[in-house]
Amino acid sequence: MIELKDLNKSFRTAAGLVDAVHDVNLRIDDGDIFGIIGFSGAGKSTLVRCMNLLERPTSGQVIIDGTDLCGLGRKQLREARRGIGMIFQQFNLLSQRTVEANIRYPLEIAGTPKAEASKRAAELLEMVDLADKARAYPVQLSGGQKQRVAIARALASNPRIILCDEATSALDPITTASILDLLKRLNEQLGVTIVVITHEMKVVEQICDRVAVMSDGRIVEQGSVHDVFLRPTSDTAKRLIEPSQGALTIDNTPNTLRLAFTGEESGAPVISDMTVQCDVMVNILSANTENIGGKAFGQMLIQLPDDEAARQRIRAYLDSRGILYEESAAVPPAEPVQEEGPREVRAEREKLEDAAVREGSVL
Amino acid sequence: MSPELVSLIANGVWETLYMTVVSTVISYLIGIPLGVILYITGDGGIRRNRAVNLIVGIIVNVLRSVPFLILLVAILPFTRLVVGTTIGSNATIVPLVVAAAPYVARMVESSLKEIDGGVIEAARAMGSSAWQMIWKVFLPEAKPSLLVGATISLATILGYSAMAGFVGGGGLGAIAINYGYYRYQSDVMLITVALLVVIVQIFQEGGLKLVSKVDKRLR
Repeated sequence: MIELKDLNKSFRTAAGLVDAVHDVNLRIDDGDIFGIIGFSGAGKSTLVRCMNLLERPTSGQVIIDGTDLCGLGRKQLREARRGIGMIFQQFNLLSQRTVEANIRYPLEIAGTPKAEASKRAAELLEMVDLADKARAYPVQLSGGQKQRVAIARALASNPRIILCDEATSALDPITTASILDLLKRLNEQLGVTIVVITHEMKVVEQICDRVAVMSDGRIVEQGSVHDVFLRPTSDTAKRLIEPSQGALTIDNTPNTLRLAFTGEESGAPVISDMTVQCDVMVNILSANTENIGGKAFGQMLIQLPDDEAARQRIRAYLDSRGILYEESAAVPPAEPVQEEGPREVRAEREKLEDAAVREGSVL
Repeated sequence: MSPELVSLIANGVWETLYMTVVSTVISYLIGIPLGVILYITGDGGIRRNRAVNLIVGIIVNVLRSVPFLILLVAILPFTRLVVGTTIGSNATIVPLVVAAAPYVARMVESSLKEIDGGVIEAARAMGSSAWQMIWKVFLPEAKPSLLVGATISLATILGYSAMAGFVGGGGLGAIAINYGYYRYQSDVMLITVALLVVIVQIFQEGGLKLVSKVDKRLR
């Protein structure tokens, strides 16, 4: 289990002291796939680096399986780090070592006999489907292959935790999906806890059980992926989730429905089927969906007919298909409200939305 | 060309190669540890230590800022202490090493600074000790760049070794000075210069060939 308590990390820069991580409290249970999402500069990379003390927190505790890493000596910290694998956006393989020697590295530094290390490396290569690349050098591999090697390397010392820092951000969507599948498989087979740092909602949708949303060094929202996805409360989460950023949102357009696709079969013509089955016309206002490995991920904003009976049919249809949706308030707010607006206004709007969600939610 | 002159020049070539290669090897034996110390104690290093970095840096800078010809003369007593004489090839190796080791230290430091920060971060995350970082990450990852540096150092040290001819050192430099300069034998001068050019060329080409063979970042 990973527990972060009152964690702060500030950096001294030319512009003064910058709080990269501010009063973060977080608990990640064993076997979870936990997402930390936020825009760049939100402090999520710093946060994940605090989990293995690549960055030493300014204050607070990093407790891994009951041990506060901040209190460990150099040698003990090295031991602790061997129980925490890490993979990176840029893969960070040793360029002058073969694939096999890269995977052997963590075993080598832990003093594992060479024969045993080679055997383990071969197993790991098998696990990540790269047995034929053992003698290749990193430069000869594609991005996805490099990340597989990095994953094998991270697993070599049998860690209980794997930290992924934007691990798929340098990869194309297909490769991203295959890397995420691999991580999910490892989580299921080995029970390893995975912490995923990303700025892409679809990564969180695809593999995470729970998610924390970060903004300006703080965790502004956390919960199960479905809850956050369907009922984002923070401005950051909304901006990350909603298809059109700013122009058309469920907040300022009446009679709209936000559909959330979280991995349903993409082959089914959902919208067409809905219009036929429910005998209604809908207007697609915006869509941001992606087909990843035959599954649909993303969001769609559609405008509903004025007829309440037709809307009722649509709800029933979506419920029957198990598609998540959120409905806008019947009346738009009087004026666009910013997150920074007065507390009363914000609370008012949240109440309004809560009511709408309670009505429309299928969760 | 007389047979004596041929054997003289052949001997000069041998002495030059001997001085250059031995000095380079010893300079690296001293320069690599110094370069590693400068690197790991410097800004962003894995063992940041201002005091050590400053002291080593100052020593290196002072030695590097003394012109070689002056250093050569200034440390004659030290040279006598080490090899028992101040003339000949072995006596030249001492000032060559004193001048080249700090230079090599900076070359090594700059090669190490080229290592991808992400790789270092990954190695730290895997629980490497400082010693393991140096032997298994820094030096192997910087190997191609270190070899390029060694090629450059070799040519620089060869140039220094020729200067030692002025104060009784051996090698092609001494021949060029004694025959070409003092006795106005411009043909001897020309031959030695041509040979020096050829030797540098061979070092350079050989070095780069070796690098392209060693560097696994090239397909």
